[in-house]
Amino acid sequence: MIELFQQPFVQNAFLAGTVIAVVAAIVGYFVVLRAQAFAAHALSHIGFAGATGAALLGVSSLVGMFIFTFLAALGIGALEKKIQGRDTEIGMILSFVLGLGVLFLRLYTNSASEAVGVLFGSILSVSAQDVVLILIVGIGALMSLGLVFRPLLFASIDPEVAEARGIPVKFLSLFFMVVLAVTVTEAIQVVGVLLVFALLVAPAASAQHITKKPFSTVLLSIVFGLVFTWSGLFLAFITRFPVSFYIATFSAMNYFVVVYFSHLAAPHRLEPLHHPHGEK
Amino acid sequence: MFALLQYPFIQNAFIAGSLVAIVAGIVGYFLLTRGLTFAGHALSHIGFAGAAGALVLGVDPVVGLLVFTISAGVGIGILGKRLNERDVTIGIIMTLMLGLGALFISLYSGYAERAYSILFGTILGISKSDVFITAIFSVLTFIALLCIFRPLLFSSFDQEVAEARGVPVRLLGVIFLVLVGITVSMSVQVVGVLLIFTLLVGPAATATRLIHEPLGAIALSIFLGLLYTWVGIFLAISDIGGNWPVSFYIAALSFAIYLPVRLFSKHEKRRHNKATSSFSQSSAS
Repeated sequence: MIELFQQPFVQNAFLAGTVIAVVAAIVGYFVVLRAQAFAAHALSHIGFAGATGAALLGVSSLVGMFIFTFLAALGIGALEKKIQGRDTEIGMILSFVLGLGVLFLRLYTNSASEAVGVLFGSILSVSAQDVVLILIVGIGALMSLGLVFRPLLFASIDPEVAEARGIPVKFLSLFFMVVLAVTVTEAIQVVGVLLVFALLVAPAASAQHITKKPFSTVLLSIVFGLVFTWSGLFLAFITRFPVSFYIATFSAMNYFVVVYFSHLAAPHRLEPLHHPHGEK
Repeated sequence: MFALLQYPFIQNAFIAGSLVAIVAGIVGYFLLTRGLTFAGHALSHIGFAGAAGALVLGVDPVVGLLVFTISAGVGIGILGKRLNERDVTIGIIMTLMLGLGALFISLYSGYAERAYSILFGTILGISKSDVFITAIFSVLTFIALLCIFRPLLFSSFDQEVAEARGVPVRLLGVIFLVLVGITVSMSVQVVGVLLIFTLLVGPAATATRLIHEPLGAIALSIFLGLLYTWVGIFLAISDIGGNWPVSFYIAALSFAIYLPVRLFSKHEKRRHNKATSSFSQSSAS
């Protein structure tokens, strides 16, 4: 067992996985709070085109994903109000972007394993260089989130009141979108484009059913994210099944168990969220 | 060009592609009017686990697709309103299914190739027996749609009134989702799990913006679906297209035609009301 942890690729996987699980859990809290799960989904799909396009140009796929998701985040942030509830329009754009990804892939290589790596994650092949990049970007994302934590929380829970009190709601929402884009790109490294939900949304969504206070929700969501990632990695090394399968299964099971028990405990839990700024 | 059409694999692709395009055009119209486009998306992701599971068991992936999408369709239909609360719970179910699919595919030796073809479609590699299965299910879906056409249309536009007039709205909803499941399974062979929207929703989304009257919109939607599929296959096999994937062409066409129509059609919010009133007029007369 200890020998396993002495191998560099195992260490890299655990380091990267840990950083990403923490960042995704914190950002995920706001994603759930702001009901932007679909934006996370969209950004990850756009990341696929970015990754394959970068491969085509001979750039690192991480860089390609950062650029694509960053631009997409600006777009989504600018159009935010206009795209809510527009499943069809979003679906059309996403399909087109995925189609582009397929094309880039075909132009670049005929090997399908490249695509599958991006789609389902390839944490076991993360290099030491990637770990450093993931660490820097992750810390950057957390620090920028820390700077705007309270106003962002306020703006997420009650945008009208926040705006009336002079908080730059629009700017914050754009700012958050960019942080989300960076986080999605990182999460893709572990679980892949298709399973970003498992690390980004599921931990926070489960935590929200257990506690209502912002800080304990964030903490619990970090704990969930770390447990899923570590146990997923651990089991993947022992059994050779894909990491993303374990993480997706654990996070989904956890979510359903938590939802089931919270419904048992309190059947009427549909009241609005706790308001952090005074009684309301 | 005509020499190309004599290859059996190209004939198979055209036959299967056309059948799928016709059924998808009709089902897509109802998905849009019922506000269920996301269900098509979710069902295709759920189908991925089925297709991958079938590979492990050594069964044809279409069988796995059908089993998973039909049972998921029934499940969503019975749960009814739950799907509107789509974001988190449906997203997590989709994630779980994709994760399962990843597991099944890793158990299967031809890992990446098969995953790729389920995700992005392999119409040019469709086998004779798959064409046969596609034909049977497409015809069955088509007949079923014809049988429930009027009540389904009625309940799609005005559920309350339809219910009041004795239309079995709930049952129709479940039957429709089963048909969506079958259509999704068929469409996956052409464009793959991830690009299902381009064939299932794209043509109908363009058509409903151009024509308000239901039959006309459905006809246009079928026409567009056939056009995308034929042009897609044609470009992919001919020298002009540079050997790019069929599903890319279908996705690009579907988007390129939808985009200007969406931007320049002015009937944004009124579409639904207009369609409703035109339908109630025609049903009253």
